[in-house]
Amino acid sequence: MPTSETQAALLREQCEREDLVMFVNACFAATGQTEYYSDQYSQSVSIDFLHQYVLVNYRLVYARALAAGVNHFNQMLIVRNLLRAGAPSDSVQRAEEGGLIAATLRQLPTHRVYKLFQRLATEGVNNRRTRAVIRNYCAARKNQTFEAVKYRNKFRRAVRHAHAEVDGETASFLFSLKAQKRFQEPLFDAYRRAHYSKQAVYELPYSVAEGLAARHGIPRDVFLRNIEPQMTQAEKLRVQNLTRRETKQAVQFDLARSPLTRLAIYVLSLPMEERTSRADELHAALKSAAARTQRKSPLELGKVAAVLDRSRSAWGSRERRRRPLAVAVATHYLLAAASDRYCSFWTPAREIGKTCYQADDKVFLVNASGQSDLATPLLDAIEWRPEQLTLVSDGYENAPVDAVNQIVHAYRQRLAPAHPISFLHANPVFDADHFSPRRLGAAILTIGLRDAEDLNASLRFAKFAAGEATRVELESYLGDIAREFLQDATDQETQP
Amino acid sequence: MTTTSTLPWNGLEMAPPQVLGGVRIVPLLRKTIREDLRLTRRVYTEDVAIVEVDRRTSYVSFVPHGLVANWTEDGGAVFGSQLSAAKETKDGTSFGNFITARGLRKMARREGKRQLRFLPLHVAMEGLLAKHFGGPDIAWSEYSRRVMRSGLSPRSEVAIPGNQIAGLEDALRLFEIHDQQVGVLLFVADTLASAFVVPHPGDYIQLHSTLLTDFYGELIWRNGFFATETTILPDPIAVDQISTLSDLRFEVDQLRKRWESLNEIMAPELLERPLEHQTVYRFKPFTLNRFVSNLDPKEENFIGETICTDDGTLQYLKTYRLSAAQTRRAYLLKQLAAAEWSLDRCAESLDCSTNQLILRLENAGFGYLLHQHVLDGVHASERRR
Repeated sequence: MPTSETQAALLREQCEREDLVMFVNACFAATGQTEYYSDQYSQSVSIDFLHQYVLVNYRLVYARALAAGVNHFNQMLIVRNLLRAGAPSDSVQRAEEGGLIAATLRQLPTHRVYKLFQRLATEGVNNRRTRAVIRNYCAARKNQTFEAVKYRNKFRRAVRHAHAEVDGETASFLFSLKAQKRFQEPLFDAYRRAHYSKQAVYELPYSVAEGLAARHGIPRDVFLRNIEPQMTQAEKLRVQNLTRRETKQAVQFDLARSPLTRLAIYVLSLPMEERTSRADELHAALKSAAARTQRKSPLELGKVAAVLDRSRSAWGSRERRRRPLAVAVATHYLLAAASDRYCSFWTPAREIGKTCYQADDKVFLVNASGQSDLATPLLDAIEWRPEQLTLVSDGYENAPVDAVNQIVHAYRQRLAPAHPISFLHANPVFDADHFSPRRLGAAILTIGLRDAEDLNASLRFAKFAAGEATRVELESYLGDIAREFLQDATDQETQP
Repeated sequence: MTTTSTLPWNGLEMAPPQVLGGVRIVPLLRKTIREDLRLTRRVYTEDVAIVEVDRRTSYVSFVPHGLVANWTEDGGAVFGSQLSAAKETKDGTSFGNFITARGLRKMARREGKRQLRFLPLHVAMEGLLAKHFGGPDIAWSEYSRRVMRSGLSPRSEVAIPGNQIAGLEDALRLFEIHDQQVGVLLFVADTLASAFVVPHPGDYIQLHSTLLTDFYGELIWRNGFFATETTILPDPIAVDQISTLSDLRFEVDQLRKRWESLNEIMAPELLERPLEHQTVYRFKPFTLNRFVSNLDPKEENFIGETICTDDGTLQYLKTYRLSAAQTRRAYLLKQLAAAEWSLDRCAESLDCSTNQLILRLENAGFGYLLHQHVLDGVHASERRR
């Protein structure tokens, strides 16, 4: 029991700091989807509760978390909760929040933004601020025509909900399509014609064309062959396997251009024979994707070892297929690109005896299976004497339980003076029961990590997760990155 | 032929357990794996199975699957088409449209030169039900005419399928199977619910999910509701002993050893109890046995079945934990049989009055063995007292 005022204040400070660290950490990992160990419902209830709690108690920090590099799902959730709660009375805070919301929406993927607007409309959130946010967003879009076609229903709903101004032709496209005989805008006209002309279907974006093609009864293989020029990179990646099955020939696609973790998921989705036969090509693509990520947000590391989990639970869930394994594979390539000397150590797997991989080895030639024996690779990794050691695991260690914690603790106590190693555990899975990524133990620091690309942002936050900094430092750090974030956003706007 | 001995537990190692909710699963690993005996599953989709045990006796139960053993005599590997999955065999007949039944012959049935089909756990359960099934050898006047004519028939016990046990389904689904794993010890609320061992790791992967369709005792079902996640950890590694990396390695090995001994401590009944084994089927060089523990009502009792090689190594094991009531019933029958079914002599050996023994029999569900007027007489005299 606290006996004095100062002790009480100390306790409160600690409690508040832990709340905030837990929140930001959760926002790096949580996606509200089914995980291997918990279902979608408990995931979404857990993360929703955490958001509400932080919004009510620490509103300023809550808004600034938008700038901390948290994942898209949580950015969306934060924006939605802020808009629902209405604008704060303090004008400085209001302006900062407004700026953060606008900047976040600009860099979120478009479909997520329209989904968010739709959700706001469904929930009846229609305050002045929400309307202004939607209006400004729609008005600032550079290719509004394209988006009006691609996201027609959601776009219409947003425009109607926020009473946004659109020009006459867009308005008639959205609200009185059938009454219209012709559009000046070629894309609108293509959409109109595509309702009766098979040719016009191929002038539309892929996702819109797909439905109309089905209506015209165009065979799948013919459709896929002709729509190829209209596909985006992400769509091409997604339908690779489908097109190969349907048309016996994959769409032309530059593997190296897609984001690292996305690419790793694609690679792991291929059957093992194909992975083996295309190993060199896939390896090169993953390497160049890692190099690109490294250029975008450089990480400078010395001698690094990684302990990576490919146990059965890295299989993921039906919604997040192989995601934990993909994050581990992506982290392997990213750390290999970012460090001077690198080696990764994997948990034992059934098919393959090898557990130690150099930077140039192909780590994707394995499936998730077997127990989570992190102790063996950890000992091997320590023996290799790195400066930094990163573990990627979902935190469910079972062969035996708590071994990593004890090893790290013992190492710190007895062996660190001779050769210090900084240990870090990155967890791609949000644990609904504990409102945070599951920890491996008290001795080792855990940070959330959804995409390997976010490693840099997560690492910047690691100091606070370790509990070394005070709450004031944490808040000022968040304030700084929020300012940086806003500055970057305005720079981008003025540059075009 | 019956023999009494402990379970031959050589060649099996226990790995650290995986706990999910109230269910604790201890993986069993095998270093030297024999390739000459393989088990596969055969699914029966019918609602109920009727097994003809002998010409006058049939065994009726829900049987979701049987196991098929394939083996070689020369120690060579069983592979390819030698595995039963590749072979179409007619196994019994299916009856009915709305409620379906499968008629099967024998608990363990040879299906060719190198193939044996048996019904897992039912082999052991049938052994328990058939104990002293013939009824009294001497026509003591207390026993009803029906018992004198047809023995204990029909004798029944209730068991509960695994999917009714709270938390078991999730625990089995999320369990991470080891590379060398050939079996598990399954604990519910830290009580041993079942032990399951197969000859080959490949078979284990296929048969892991059958643990959910197997049956368990009523006690385990109850435990499932009250179980909470318990954390039991052995002593942590001794930090002070470490001065080099190899010390750290050694300490981690010690930690694993401590886990194994902790697991053994948790399952003493299985490893140390003398069991009464009975041979069910002999297929050279293997033997299918069933066993019963000594049925002492004060201890944990279980029944089960094993396949052992001639050199005494355990290849297959499946156990069923008896509930207290089931133990009591089997115990009373055993005592009665030992006293040549004389109620007076049995009461003497149990150190109670004959009336009390009769009431015990009735409470255990064996009232049907005795004449109604005997029961009524006991009730009346007990009321008068």
